[in-house]
Amino acid sequence: MSDLSPTRAKPTSFQELILTLQDYWAGQGCLILQPFDMEMGAGTFHTATTLRALGPKPWYAAYVQPCRRPGDGRYGENPMRLQHYYQFQAILKPSPPDILERYLGSLEAIGIDTTLHDIRFVEDDWESPTLGAWGLGWEVWCDGSEISQFTYFQQVGGIEVDMVAGEITYGLERLAMYLFDKKSIYELPYNSASSEVPLSYGDVFLQNEREQSAYNFEHADTDMLFRHFADAERECGKLVEKKLPLPAYEQCIKASHTFNLLDARGVISVTERQSFILRVRDLAKACCEAWLATQTAKAA
Amino acid sequence: MAELLLELLSEEIPARMQTRAADDLKRLVGDGMKAIGLSFTGARAFATPRRLALVVEGLPVVREDVSEEKRGPRVGAPDQAVQGFLKGAGLTSLDQAEKRDTGKGEFWFAVINKKGGPTAEALPGVIEAAMKALPWPKSMKWGSGTMLWVRPLQSIVALFDGKVLAGEIALGGQMAPIKFGDTTRGHRFLSKGDFKVASFADYAAKLKAAHVVLDPAERKKIILDGASSLCVGAQVALKADEGLLDEVAGLVEWPVPLLGTIDAKFMDVPPEVLIVSMKTHQRYFATTKADGTLTNRFVVVANNVARDGGKVIAEGNERVLRARLSDAKFFWDQDRKTTLESRLPALKGIVFHAKLGTQAERVERIAKLAGEIAAFVPGADAGQVQQAARLAKADLVTGMVGEFPELQGVMGRYYALGEKLPAAVADAIGDHYSPAGPNDRCPSAPVSIAVALADKLDALTSFWAIGEKPTGSRDPFALRRAALGVIRIVVENKIRLPLGKFFKAGDLMEFFADRLKLQVREKGGRHDVVDAVFALGGEDDLVRLLARVEALQAFLGTEAGKNLLTGYGRAANIVRAEEKKDKGLTARITGAPDAALLEQAEEKAVAAVLTEVEGALKPALAAEDFTAAMAAFAGLRAPIDAFFDKVTVNVTDKPELRLNRLKLLNQIRATMDSVADFSKIEG
Repeated sequence: MSDLSPTRAKPTSFQELILTLQDYWAGQGCLILQPFDMEMGAGTFHTATTLRALGPKPWYAAYVQPCRRPGDGRYGENPMRLQHYYQFQAILKPSPPDILERYLGSLEAIGIDTTLHDIRFVEDDWESPTLGAWGLGWEVWCDGSEISQFTYFQQVGGIEVDMVAGEITYGLERLAMYLFDKKSIYELPYNSASSEVPLSYGDVFLQNEREQSAYNFEHADTDMLFRHFADAERECGKLVEKKLPLPAYEQCIKASHTFNLLDARGVISVTERQSFILRVRDLAKACCEAWLATQTAKAA
Repeated sequence: MAELLLELLSEEIPARMQTRAADDLKRLVGDGMKAIGLSFTGARAFATPRRLALVVEGLPVVREDVSEEKRGPRVGAPDQAVQGFLKGAGLTSLDQAEKRDTGKGEFWFAVINKKGGPTAEALPGVIEAAMKALPWPKSMKWGSGTMLWVRPLQSIVALFDGKVLAGEIALGGQMAPIKFGDTTRGHRFLSKGDFKVASFADYAAKLKAAHVVLDPAERKKIILDGASSLCVGAQVALKADEGLLDEVAGLVEWPVPLLGTIDAKFMDVPPEVLIVSMKTHQRYFATTKADGTLTNRFVVVANNVARDGGKVIAEGNERVLRARLSDAKFFWDQDRKTTLESRLPALKGIVFHAKLGTQAERVERIAKLAGEIAAFVPGADAGQVQQAARLAKADLVTGMVGEFPELQGVMGRYYALGEKLPAAVADAIGDHYSPAGPNDRCPSAPVSIAVALADKLDALTSFWAIGEKPTGSRDPFALRRAALGVIRIVVENKIRLPLGKFFKAGDLMEFFADRLKLQVREKGGRHDVVDAVFALGGEDDLVRLLARVEALQAFLGTEAGKNLLTGYGRAANIVRAEEKKDKGLTARITGAPDAALLEQAEEKAVAAVLTEVEGALKPALAAEDFTAAMAAFAGLRAPIDAFFDKVTVNVTDKPELRLNRLKLLNQIRATMDSVADFSKIEG
């Protein structure tokens, strides 16, 4: 384990969990990036993962990414499901030989004592149809509870990777529920109970869950969303032609989220669904190819 | 004699792949050694979640030179034969071969000299080739390398005769190769650092000291013994589950069974739900009371010896289970608020298959079919069949089945019972997917039979209609299983169902025939007998067909049967040979022979017995008494034998006599063929 990581007391709140993971991965040589400023379904969509996973350049980064899954909204009534939640993502490319030991170090850092707990790596392969990406790995269990996902990227945007990235994803709310022994997400202490203004996760996000669920399921203007999808798709294609993969990819992210919203509104039939997924995948593929061209051109 | 020890240490290998990989490693290394003339006395392979290990015993330290000769084609043989010979002998051109006169002409010979030498020099190549060839179901690259393995490979122990083999495995890219060595690591959490090993015995012992049980069979035993003694202490019994045991043994290097408790408030949820929830999501073993009902204790197998004796681990697992079961109980409570009937409209929203419409449409088809089938199922109440068929798929839109798809049918049955629907209807809903495999229970209640048959026949005919027939390796809609299910239900319940009434496609009947043949063969029956009966054509009643097969097989097992078959063969051969010579013959020898032209006593006897046999055969066949039909044949044997002893068929000077005798032989064939096509029987 690197001795660069500052010793921090075992986290007791949601924000301390984030800070601890950031410190830890910074100590492992990762850039600490900020969330991507667009709606996305998973931390993998961040350019720091999707695009950086391609090409011949090494890349170590870690960041928190807010994720939106419109269909998972429950109006704040289900204690374990959210339409907006946070992932902490660490990506190490090329995956170092001791990546699992480093990961286990992060568990120690957040207060999981491996002399008391049972940590298991259970086969779980990952695939993102919209990104045209897949990898092999595990879900990590602590005493039977899933606390992370671990993936070795093999393909992104339909392109086989040059160098394999190891991707570690912590579902922060779920992990925090486990660490702090809470039955509901909304009961999680957002900051320390001893701070001047102690607030729970519910204090911060419950209203958001209610309103966003209503928007996702009832009020989102589907005609407008269909238009937005088509606009983003067209814009993406145009930007790819102009050899501008980064703005093009943002349009791809936009299309993907718009599709998720339409899906949550229940206006996409089963057969249409597949074709929408393929359309987004085509965009992702084009962006990834354009990005890769810029990487290899610079490398040459 | 010396020993080879090989260990491939990696990151966690999926449980389901371990056994096969260990076997493959043993086979590939063994084959590689044999190919270079290395013999050995024994080999054993082992797998844990992090390692594949192989020990090969009784290898020579030095390999003798081996010279071996291969005879090739005749000198001047076609190029293709020459190329095949060169390839087989490992030569590049004929210059490397020599010509030799064997007395029967000049032939090419190759002399293959396999150079001997220290075994230690040959083994690294064998190991490398075996690793390259090892067929993981899914493999990956890692780091900047290009090598493929199931998960990143970390180190290799390769010891021969106590010494490290000089070798390495290249990883590609900018990665350093993994050198063969003599160090490995123990348990991920219960052991620190590397250690050296000197032999397999030393390796196994040191691994155990480092908290790794190498042999999966031993891990399984530890799990079973540990779990059983926990159960004894808690006065419950472990619910045996071989598949789960195999999987769990592949998830731990140091198994530590622990007992957990299910919160009492979940115990009114159906046991199937508790079991599925524990098994599929969490890999826990259920426990039962003396009467077989589920108790509130479960066994979880940890991979760690915790310093608190496993209290925290057990509590953590109980907590996860509580969350899982809260979901299940929520669905159980919610689902029962809505009747199955009122869920039917929702089936319109579920696509069964893009070309076959929705589940609602499928249900309509099944209900119609079940109604038609019910007429052939004694004791099936038409009203109940209709009700069960219509409600059979309603549980697909319940919360519980959404969460646990494997509980389809099971939940429908519970919900139907909860609604106080007739038990036969509830059971039919629960049974209609059965049998799911050769060991699954087969429905036996009349309503269940009708609905289960309709479910399968609809799947078969529908997918057939859109050209989605199974191919050799692909059967995505499990149509083979469906056909086998139909066969089992029909045969085990002796349902007289004319299958042909339910489907038009001829090749679907063939598909059934193939499945039936397989099944007969698996039960030790003769496939040629099945062929002989199928060759009659037009038979779509499986019960009758199998009765015929059984009677025929029994008959062929008797002396009389065997002899008669010989007689049939002779008769058929003569007729066939003559038919070949004379195209118009077939038409002229059909029908009964002319009694006036029967000269010899032996041919008269055959004709007389044939008439008798035919007389006995007709009522026996009509009554489907195939044993009696076969018995009728028994009288044919002696006259036919005598006929072939005394009568010449191809009398050259009396063509009308010849024709009449051929008629007689043809009649023997025709009579016997009315029961089965005896020409398909292999003597």
